[in-house]
Parts: sequence; C-alpha cells; structure tokens
Amino acid sequence: MAFDSLQAFWLMDGHGPYVWTCYGVFLAGLVGLALWSRHRRKVVIREQQRQLARDRQDQGESTPAAAATFSRIHPS
Amino acid sequence: MWQFFHKLGSPKWFYGIANRFMPWLFWLGLALLLGGLVWGLAFAPKDYLQGNSYRIIFIHVPSAFLAQSVYVMMAVAGVVTLVWRMKLADLFVKAAAPVGAVLTFLALFTGAVWGKPTWGTWWIWDARLTSMLILLFLYLGVVFLGSAISDEKSSARAVAVLVLVGVVNIPIIKYSVEWWNTLHQPATFKLTEKPSMPAEMWVPLLLSVLGLYLLFGWLACLRMQTEILIRERRTRWVKDFVSTGGH
Repeated sequence: MAFDSLQAFWLMDGHGPYVWTCYGVFLAGLVGLALWSRHRRKVVIREQQRQLARDRQDQGESTPAAAATFSRIHPS
Repeated sequence: MWQFFHKLGSPKWFYGIANRFMPWLFWLGLALLLGGLVWGLAFAPKDYLQGNSYRIIFIHVPSAFLAQSVYVMMAVAGVVTLVWRMKLADLFVKAAAPVGAVLTFLALFTGAVWGKPTWGTWWIWDARLTSMLILLFLYLGVVFLGSAISDEKSSARAVAVLVLVGVVNIPIIKYSVEWWNTLHQPATFKLTEKPSMPAEMWVPLLLSVLGLYLLFGWLACLRMQTEILIRERRTRWVKDFVSTGGH
C-alpha cells in the first residue's frame, strides 16, 4: 500500500477529490455503456419475439376465416 | 483463406463466434482492468512531481488510447465497407462509434480534472486537447449520420466516407505533443523506447490498457449482435434463434 491509512488513501494529500471524481465518472461511464448495450439487445430480442407471436396469431386467425369464404353456390 | 473471408462476411456465423468469445473477453478484461486500477490507485508509488493526482493516468491513458485506436479500427472497417461492401464492417462501425464517443469524453473529462491541480487550469485550447475534442465531434457525427439515413447501403457508404475523412485527425492527435508547444506531457508509452517511469507505475497502466481493450471487444461484439438481429430480422435463422429464447 502506498498510503499509511485509509484516510490518507481517501484524501490523497488534497488530490482526493480530483482522483476520486475521475475514477467515479470513468466507472460510471463504462458500467453505463455495458448495461445500456445489454439492455438494447434484450429489448430487440423481446420485441422480435412479440412480433413473431403476432404473426403466428394472424396466421392462426386468417386460416379459418379463409375456409369460411368457400361457400358452395348452386347455379340453376 | 477465401472461405474464411466469406464466412467473416456472414452475420450468422459472426453471431455464434461472438457468443463463444464474449465471456472470455468480458471476464479477462474486467480482471485486468480492475487489477490495474486497484494497483495504480492504492499500491503504485506517488509521483515525485505531481503527487497523487498522477493516479488519474491509469484511467486517462487507457481511455485516450482506446479512443484513438477504436477510430483507426473504424477507418479500416470503413475501407472494407467501401471496397468489398462487407456488411459486418459497417456493423462494426455503427456498433463502435457510440463506445468511441464515450471513451473520448472520458479521456477529455479525466484530462480536465487532472489538469486543474497539475496545470492550474481545466482546459486550454492547445493542439492535443483541441484535436481530441474534434475526435469527439467526429464520433458524434458518425453516430448521427448513421441514424439519419435509413437506407442501409447509402448509410453504410456515407458513414464510411465520413470516418475516412476524419482519420487525418489521428496523426494530428498523436504528434501534437511533438509538433507544437503544449502543456500536455509527451506520450507515456513508445514502441521504440523503454518507458520513462518505474515498473510499479507502467505495469498497472499496461494492465488497465489491455483490460479496457478486451472490454471494448466485448462491447463491440454485444452491440454488433444487436445490430445483426435488427437487420436480419426477416431471415429464417434469426426467427428460429429468437423463438427459441434468444440465447
């Protein structure tokens, strides 16, 4: 350890506010990037799952509807 | 060789290979970065001239280094986009640009906070600082241009051209500390010389640079995967992949 005590580590001879601000912003930036990027992929996958389910539902509904249009006509 | 090149152009193949590499990139990168930062913050000796404020170097140099090398990678990808029309190259540019912008911002921010106790000022309009600010605007330009053009092909070409025009800024950043009189100190690492700092200072710095490099690789893979899912959403494999849970 380059410091004698935890307090000396925190204060850094008066440079503490500068050093700790930098480390805080740096880590926040990286964590933010990571979480945002992961979240975006999750949202895209979920959105596409919903779209697929909607497509399947549309097909499911349209099949019987199409079948019902075939009505027999008897021209005399 | 050609088969490899052909595969590299396939988003589906890339998605799978990225999945395999991503845990390694993430955990190894995180371990190296955190190891380097803890070492630098708590164990590296104090600088005889700058005191403890110099500990900002362990995040400032990795951010600035990555900010520039990400841009160079984007420029290479830009050439590949223009010459071979490879989709993955454009995907990389679009995925990397926001990350590069954040890294450039972090380099500027940590530099400003470091400058205050060391130079007595947050900011001066000298060559190094100004050219880094231009780099930030270039990254933002790429992000906005890419999202402003909806047609995939013209967006890819426009972005590639912008990236290539902006690449002249990179040697200006690199040599600014030698060409002009500036407050900024010269480069810490040079390929041809031994570092001018003791090993207890440059080893943790090297660790954090490597760690951030790997973490960038992880982020780029993750963001490229997202782009691939969006662009290939109508293909059979993406539909199968998504409907089986998307893992």
